[in-house]
Amino acid sequence: MENKIDVRNQIRNNIGKRKNNVDKIMPRFFLIMASVSVITTIGIVVTLITDAYHFFKEVSIFDFFSTKLSPLSANPSFGILPLINGTILSSLIAMLVAIPIGLTSAMYLSEFSSKRTRNFIKPILEVLAGIPTIVYGFFAYSFVTPLLMKLIPSLEAKNVLSPGIVMGIMIIPMVASLSEDAMKSVPNALREGAYGLGSTKLEVTTKVVLPAAISGIMASFVLAISRAIGETMIVAIASGSSKNFTFDITHSMQTMTGYIVEFTSGDAGSGTTGYYSLYAVGLLLFIFTFIMNIIAQYISKKFREEY
Amino acid sequence: MSSDEKVYELDYNKMNNQKSQTNNEKNERKSVHIDQKRIDRRILINQISGKVFFSSTLFALLVLSILLYRIFSQSIGWLDLHFLTSKLSIFPEKAGIYGVIIGSLGLMAVVIPVTLVLGVSTAIYLEEYAGKSRVQNLIKVNISNLASVPSVIFGLLGLALFGRFFKLGSSILAGGLTLSLLVLPIVVVSSQEALKAVPGFLREASYAMGASKWTTIRKVVLPVAIPGILTGAILSISRAIGETAPLVVLGIPALLLKVPTNLMDDFTALPIQIYYWTLDTVLTPEYANLAAATIVVLLITLFLMNSIAIIIRNKSQKGF
Repeated sequence: MENKIDVRNQIRNNIGKRKNNVDKIMPRFFLIMASVSVITTIGIVVTLITDAYHFFKEVSIFDFFSTKLSPLSANPSFGILPLINGTILSSLIAMLVAIPIGLTSAMYLSEFSSKRTRNFIKPILEVLAGIPTIVYGFFAYSFVTPLLMKLIPSLEAKNVLSPGIVMGIMIIPMVASLSEDAMKSVPNALREGAYGLGSTKLEVTTKVVLPAAISGIMASFVLAISRAIGETMIVAIASGSSKNFTFDITHSMQTMTGYIVEFTSGDAGSGTTGYYSLYAVGLLLFIFTFIMNIIAQYISKKFREEY
Repeated sequence: MSSDEKVYELDYNKMNNQKSQTNNEKNERKSVHIDQKRIDRRILINQISGKVFFSSTLFALLVLSILLYRIFSQSIGWLDLHFLTSKLSIFPEKAGIYGVIIGSLGLMAVVIPVTLVLGVSTAIYLEEYAGKSRVQNLIKVNISNLASVPSVIFGLLGLALFGRFFKLGSSILAGGLTLSLLVLPIVVVSSQEALKAVPGFLREASYAMGASKWTTIRKVVLPVAIPGILTGAILSISRAIGETAPLVVLGIPALLLKVPTNLMDDFTALPIQIYYWTLDTVLTPEYANLAAATIVVLLITLFLMNSIAIIIRNKSQKGF
């Protein structure tokens, strides 16, 4: 009996406490905290646009999209095309490495491997994904570049090929795990149907699973491109700061991210055109990656096959 | 029904036609022969491709082992107690990373409380209070977009907002706040997962006892969710420790010989020091060894943190 009364008292007490102010304050406190992330996004957009606006007051759009880039000379010019070129080339090389290896790894892990090998290899991919990019940058500069120099004697000490390859290696785990998730979510009934008709594993993978999972796989590719465009430290270390407009991947080239890092670590005085150019480049970079993410979301929604 | 019958008839006709076409016995035998060859070929291709896929998966493993081997072998002879306890120097033999480690610890002292409070609060709001409202949707979309913004952009935000607007310069506080915003989405998403995993009947039992919403969250939901939240928090902090680009953009000076003493001091952190030493290997080749030794320190730290996260995750797998 005593216990019962205790419980009743407890409930009575709790009902009394319900009108406590804390319960009215907490939701508001959490809403304020949650709005910090929205404010961050707004902050990013506002700072990029206002400072880029200062930049475009002094440099016309026409000059911005030209091939001549020399921000530190006496008569500075801010043509961004060399940077866009470097970004696209390094991302392209990274994709040439990451997509074939990442996709075949995903096909192996999802369709071919035994559960044991899968449990062994997946954590290794996770480790690879957790290594800071600065470590990959060091690796590209001190190991991959000298290695490639033996194969291609004309390679410069700083070039776009080596960071491109290493960036691709860095992105492999991302492509592999996202694609594997997409392939794993294809229902087994489809596979069994194809096996029942006498297909081999490869045929099931390429003709049944891949088409069914294509939306997730394409989305993973687009996200990988976005990651490669935004990647900073590898290219900042290994691809140098040459601002020439060239398509020769054995030469040094600068990417948009590399430009931002190089220019801020040198002394860009606040309020100079050079300082504002960082935000113009940053705005363009933000728009690029934002569009990529929208595309990825669109693909994975639009082309999703429902089973 | 009549249309179905028609289809059947048509198919039957087709089959008859096919039969009459391949009536010739020679033809039939030949086609069987070709089929066998084809099957053999398909099986062979299947086996070969399985091996090709396997070796491409091994490629990642190979690269990882080369990377670790290279870095560890380069750091041998350089990574010792002296390296960990002495200050930075332009002479490679004398240089140590004591101040750098203090800088990284200082960063963590800012990042850990800020991300935990912001991240967990956001997750609680989204999971417990917001319901399926427009605000919740906005915050969710916003967080998934924020997660894919390149880190260097966060550096630009930090430079404009914390560095110039709040006049924090390139202090530990400015760097820590920038990194906090960068890893915020990771903490939010993982905390949301942890809160989602708390079974509904625990909440209902608490409400049935007359407990209010906040009391339920504080005394029932959070204690159950805390291991999951911690795991996510550790993973996000290990991301923050290795992050370089935003700090470089904040304008951290290339070589700093002073050990930071408070949060407003200029500082250098492990990844930044790796960056500058790697850039300077052109002038002094020994800097490559210093960079490698610093990388080893960084990797061991990350390894320990991830191990702790995995241990917490495994220990806390309660069944309800």
